[in-house]
Amino acid sequence: MSLFQPSRGNASSTTASYQSPPWGESPPWSASTAAAPQPSRTSAIGYEAVRASRDFWTIQRRYGSFVRPVCTLFIIWYFLFVIVAVFAPGFMRISVFGDVNVGLCFGVLQFVSTFAIAVSYRRWARHRLDPLSDRLRHRLEGGQRQ
Amino acid sequence: MTGLAATGAPFTVGTPALNFGIFAFFVVVTLVIAVSAAGRNRSTTDYYAGGRAFTGWQNGIAIGGDYLSAASFLGIAGIIAIYGYDGFLYSIGFLVGWLLVLMLISEPFRNTGRYTMADVLDLRLKAPRVRAAAAASTLTVSLFYLLAQMAGAGALVSLLLGVRGSVGQDLVVAVVGILMIFYVLVGGMKGTTWVQIVKATILAAGAAVTTVWVLSRAGFSLPALLQHAAASSPAGNRVLGPGLEYGVNTTTKLDFISLALALVLGTAGLPHVLMRLYTVPNAREARRSVVWTIWLVGLFYLCTLLLGFGAMWLVGGKRILAAPGGGDSAVPLLADKLGGTLLFGIVAAVAFATILAVVAGLTITASASFAHDVYAGLARHGEAEPADEIRVARITAVVIGIVAVIGGIYAKGIDVAFLVGLAFAIAASANLPSILYSLFWPRFNERGALWSIYGGLITAVGLIIFSPVISGASSSLITDRHIDFAFFPLNNPGIVAIPVAFFLGWLGTVTDRRPADSARFARMQVRALTGVGAERR
Repeated sequence: MSLFQPSRGNASSTTASYQSPPWGESPPWSASTAAAPQPSRTSAIGYEAVRASRDFWTIQRRYGSFVRPVCTLFIIWYFLFVIVAVFAPGFMRISVFGDVNVGLCFGVLQFVSTFAIAVSYRRWARHRLDPLSDRLRHRLEGGQRQ
Repeated sequence: MTGLAATGAPFTVGTPALNFGIFAFFVVVTLVIAVSAAGRNRSTTDYYAGGRAFTGWQNGIAIGGDYLSAASFLGIAGIIAIYGYDGFLYSIGFLVGWLLVLMLISEPFRNTGRYTMADVLDLRLKAPRVRAAAAASTLTVSLFYLLAQMAGAGALVSLLLGVRGSVGQDLVVAVVGILMIFYVLVGGMKGTTWVQIVKATILAAGAAVTTVWVLSRAGFSLPALLQHAAASSPAGNRVLGPGLEYGVNTTTKLDFISLALALVLGTAGLPHVLMRLYTVPNAREARRSVVWTIWLVGLFYLCTLLLGFGAMWLVGGKRILAAPGGGDSAVPLLADKLGGTLLFGIVAAVAFATILAVVAGLTITASASFAHDVYAGLARHGEAEPADEIRVARITAVVIGIVAVIGGIYAKGIDVAFLVGLAFAIAASANLPSILYSLFWPRFNERGALWSIYGGLITAVGLIIFSPVISGASSSLITDRHIDFAFFPLNNPGIVAIPVAFFLGWLGTVTDRRPADSARFARMQVRALTGVGAERR
């Protein structure tokens, strides 16, 4: 909680620029039902202070520490496959067993790796990211209600 | 299905009448679903985002339904049936791109946007000109993709209903257009989503059954299936490795790399996929939906691999190429070989339902972008009444339907998977750079966004116009060989247009002297990663 104390004063000065939603003067929740947040709850958050806070920094760093290497790796892995398929078709034709060749196995491995990354990202995010972001969100939304 | 068989039986087996009956059955079922699921569609959130009431798995399957177009089902299997392994390369690109959507796009998008892609850019940059640019590229990509689907519809139906003349085909394209307008007008996003869910389920089940059937013919042995397939192809064992279609010379190789780039980066820029992320209540469900989509799409593409080789073996490339619709007819012909005319009719009707559902999804995306971004956001400065906005969206849907019908009539005969590859290239160059920059680059600004969107769009479309797609080759749109302005040698512009768009986004940003708006970036990041202030139901 105390992390955001310094931001309060800051927030009031930046309120004006945040008050109008990006699509114009009509508030974003005008078309939605009662469950939508009240203007005062979201418009007064000092986003820059939040971004500079330690909690947010942890979330950001954690997110980056998974997503950055995994995205880099799967893109390299995919283009390795493409380059080999285009420039070394002979290698892809080497038999593994019978008519099942390297190319087919390489291709199926692309599927396997995609499934594996998707499942592990989901699991990782649920356990390592969601609790942190939930806590911060509750605090930010709750903190504005007073 | 047994009831269907009973009603279908009195017809002479193998006549277009049976196929027509099955078609009509599917159309009626999907129409009933669209109408009954539609609800009232009173607010814009209902009409554009299905009330944000879908669960992760429902939306995941619906995204799969939007994504698995006729190009996937018929096109990829057809390429595999004719060129073997090279078709497999397509499906891998189509699948792997989803990881970008999952990890970089889905949650931030759901957290920071409302209905369209332009919402996200506008939250970050607050610039009407950027919203206009994003709307322009959304409309272009949707129309291109629509064109591909409509072209496929004409070819498919000519095969199924025995419609040979071009007037008959044009009529079919027109009927598809009318049906799709109806789905969108009546169903809104909610009805369209349920049509996608039903369609994706039938499509996956149909593909799975046919695949198991093919495998059983080969004694459930993959090596045996491959061996039979290779033995029945004139190219022999070469079909089991890459290079038959793309390995001809350096140009075709580069063309393939260009396509691979477009496929893997294009998925994350497809407006009708991005818009689906808003139909769930929160970012977590958006993430869950994409994981569902990855499973559905991946398993489906594994099936198409076997279906393609199965068609190569049981139907044969020569017969497939001779059939109306060419490679796109491989799977229906395979179904005919396996299960007779009834299975043929069912598979064909599934493919038809696929085209209908995908065009409906594209139409609602394009009409939402026009009504929400251009009409409400720009013309009315965000002060449009929801009822007016929905009315504009509906009128737009009708206009888009007409444009797509006219375009589809001109584009028929072009390979569907190939046209979709072009749509992916445009999406990857016009949309993806500005999306990624606004989510993750603090300095990104208005000029960078405008340069990358318009630059990517113009480069991609321009290179297509000056490519062999339009003129100068035997497969060109302009059949007169004397007209040749194809100075760009590749069919797919991705390898040039995508880097150009990323570069222009960077260049535009760094040449703009105004200081970066760190407050807006802070808001973007905090909202994207925590979900503060995200749109609720």
